[in-house]
Amino acid sequence: MSDTTRNIAYFGMVAFLIIATGFIQSWNAALFVLNFGLISAIMALGVNLQWGFAGLFNVGIMGFVALGGLATVLISMDPVGEAWAAGGVRVILSLILGAATIVGAILAYGALPKGQVRNIGMIAILVIGFFVYRAVFDGGVAAVEAVNPANAGYLGGLGLPVLLAWPVGGLLAAGAAWIIGKTALGLRSDYLAIATLGIAEIIIAVLKNEDWLARGVKNVVGLPRPAPYEIDLQNDPAFVERVAGLGLDPVTASTLWVKLIYAGLFAAVLIGLFLLAQRALHSPWGRMMRAIRDNEVAAEAMGKDVTARHLQVFVLGSAICGIAGAMMTTLDGQLTPGTYQPLRFTFLVWVMVIVGGSGSNLGSVLGGFLIWWLWVMVEPMGLGLMNLITAGMSEGYWLRDHLLDSAAHMRLLTMGLVLLLVLRFSPRGLIPEK
Amino acid sequence: MDLLNAVVALSNFVLIPAIAYGSQLALGALGVTLIYGILRFSNFAHGDTMAFGTMATILITWGFQTAGISAGPLPTALLALPFGIAICAGLMLFTDRAVYKFYRAQKAKPVIFVIVSLGVMFIMNGLVRFIIGPNDQRFADGERFIVSVRTFKAMTGLDEGLAIKTTQGITVVTAIIVVAALFYFLNRTRTGKSMRAYSDNEDLALLSGINPERVVMVTWLIVAALATIAGVLYGLDKSFKPFVYFQLLLPIFAAAIVGGLGSPIGAIAGGFTIAFSEVMITYAWKKVANYALPDSLAPDGLAQLLSTDYKFAVSFVILLIVLLFRPTGLFAGKSV
Repeated sequence: MSDTTRNIAYFGMVAFLIIATGFIQSWNAALFVLNFGLISAIMALGVNLQWGFAGLFNVGIMGFVALGGLATVLISMDPVGEAWAAGGVRVILSLILGAATIVGAILAYGALPKGQVRNIGMIAILVIGFFVYRAVFDGGVAAVEAVNPANAGYLGGLGLPVLLAWPVGGLLAAGAAWIIGKTALGLRSDYLAIATLGIAEIIIAVLKNEDWLARGVKNVVGLPRPAPYEIDLQNDPAFVERVAGLGLDPVTASTLWVKLIYAGLFAAVLIGLFLLAQRALHSPWGRMMRAIRDNEVAAEAMGKDVTARHLQVFVLGSAICGIAGAMMTTLDGQLTPGTYQPLRFTFLVWVMVIVGGSGSNLGSVLGGFLIWWLWVMVEPMGLGLMNLITAGMSEGYWLRDHLLDSAAHMRLLTMGLVLLLVLRFSPRGLIPEK
Repeated sequence: MDLLNAVVALSNFVLIPAIAYGSQLALGALGVTLIYGILRFSNFAHGDTMAFGTMATILITWGFQTAGISAGPLPTALLALPFGIAICAGLMLFTDRAVYKFYRAQKAKPVIFVIVSLGVMFIMNGLVRFIIGPNDQRFADGERFIVSVRTFKAMTGLDEGLAIKTTQGITVVTAIIVVAALFYFLNRTRTGKSMRAYSDNEDLALLSGINPERVVMVTWLIVAALATIAGVLYGLDKSFKPFVYFQLLLPIFAAAIVGGLGSPIGAIAGGFTIAFSEVMITYAWKKVANYALPDSLAPDGLAQLLSTDYKFAVSFVILLIVLLFRPTGLFAGKSV
């Protein structure tokens, strides 16, 4: 079987799984799987860029995804004028002061001679800077958060079209990645792993606690959408007439139509990014990346700047995760920092990349769809399995109740098992790198 | 100005909790650092190993509690601890056989081991949630105190109270015993020495006739014991929640790296560094400052540097500082 027929078979299988979901469960469920599958595929592409091309071990994907989500709020929500008047300028000023402190400390580190003077000078700059920053910041935050806390209590966004948030999400993630990469790349690979793990937790902590920024755990709901609202479609006589011709009722048809619009948008982004990633992989740059991955010392001897190339690909991959994060928040229509879980947003993406085939873009896309489908379907399948196991047990028997309650946790078990089995028996993944 | 009260408040809210937390982190970091030294990879499943060992201990504790077996003034969990360790060790050895051994034979790259450990992490996490559920579990048979606030106030006549929970006392005592035993084992016994030799230079150790499989097995046993003890102490002191244990991975790794990966003494130093910084930076100093400073200087606000939600940020910043200025850690560990 040639590679092409094999790949067609794999993607045919994914299509079959999604269509089967449509027939067995509902078409809404099938489109849900499809939309999140598209987003997952984009995340997997980003991680594949880092891991597959360059061998960088990033376990902070969740943080970059969340930054993309933040971008959606910052771009698309209307600004809260009162909050800006109350303390917005003060908050921004304090952030500039904080950044200036860090830049000042870095400059002082470079300018002062090595020794006691430099240490004391840097610490003094940081400590004084911190207290000045807090003094300005705290008042501003209190003022902003006091403005209509039930509905606003934050600065709001820029009120721009929501689609603009996708590239901006990528930029935000790229900025964060640059800072992490600058400090942790060039050291041992484990250090990058720990640093990314940490920064992801911190980004989530900031999103949860800085209410002035995006309302924290109070969530920002009702984000503008690039697709029409279902209720408008249902009230639109032309739409109702058209779907009646297809024999559908307007409510179902409107939800399907909205999901299809999203699917179209996401597919366009995925195809664009996929083509770019393919071009990158087969360009001199891609060959250089793989050469660095396979033998850093040799690549360095050939005059390649390994650390700079790593930084470059790390920033690019994280930006793609940021774009995917912005798309996901757009699809959800709300930013809920409480729902970001590392197992779901970091480690699941890793399973996708490994199962699909690290180093292969097509494999990552396949892994994204396949593993997402599995993630969604394991729960009902687990429940079915548990029903089967417990069928013989009497009603109210403790083991029966326990097994039925625990079916939801089958997901993690299954994902771990899939990852270990693929690593053991097919370590190059379903579609191996050529 | 009331220095004595300030000292008491400081001990009550900062020193005692930080010492207990530091001991727990140190035990966790010792496990990470041992695996790093002997098996040469960062084990991402360590948090979930702790959760699994703790869960086994909790289930047995509940059994003891229903059977009416208790340890007098000490928590029942201490009686159940050896059984928990045995179960956890069984799982570790099984995992090693079923999963890691294959990659060792292949001489796979360390990063492959790390990814494999991600798979193990998923499975253990699922297992724990499957068996005991994702919710909070308390198993300390009620709060008990070595010194309670009331007796302390009655004893000293001070305004500030000092409380030392039994669990905090046990944490520190257990940690000292475990660390002493571990160091005795590593430095004085034949097996311990062979482990250190294997960690320093694998090829030389093999040439000297050290059996690598035995070293690996002993390492997993010790790691299972350390992880279970750390997990049970943490659970007794606070409470057991699978997700929290997963999140402990970050401060534990930070502790191991700050101390120097692969260096046991570094893991302990790192654990206390992280614990003290975390507690001190997220503590609201108002109370202590009110006692220690003259009225005119007393702070208006809480005098809290960072809110407690940012405690991860503290471990992270310390980690960054160490990575930037001293990448091998405080006690030069391995820099592979």
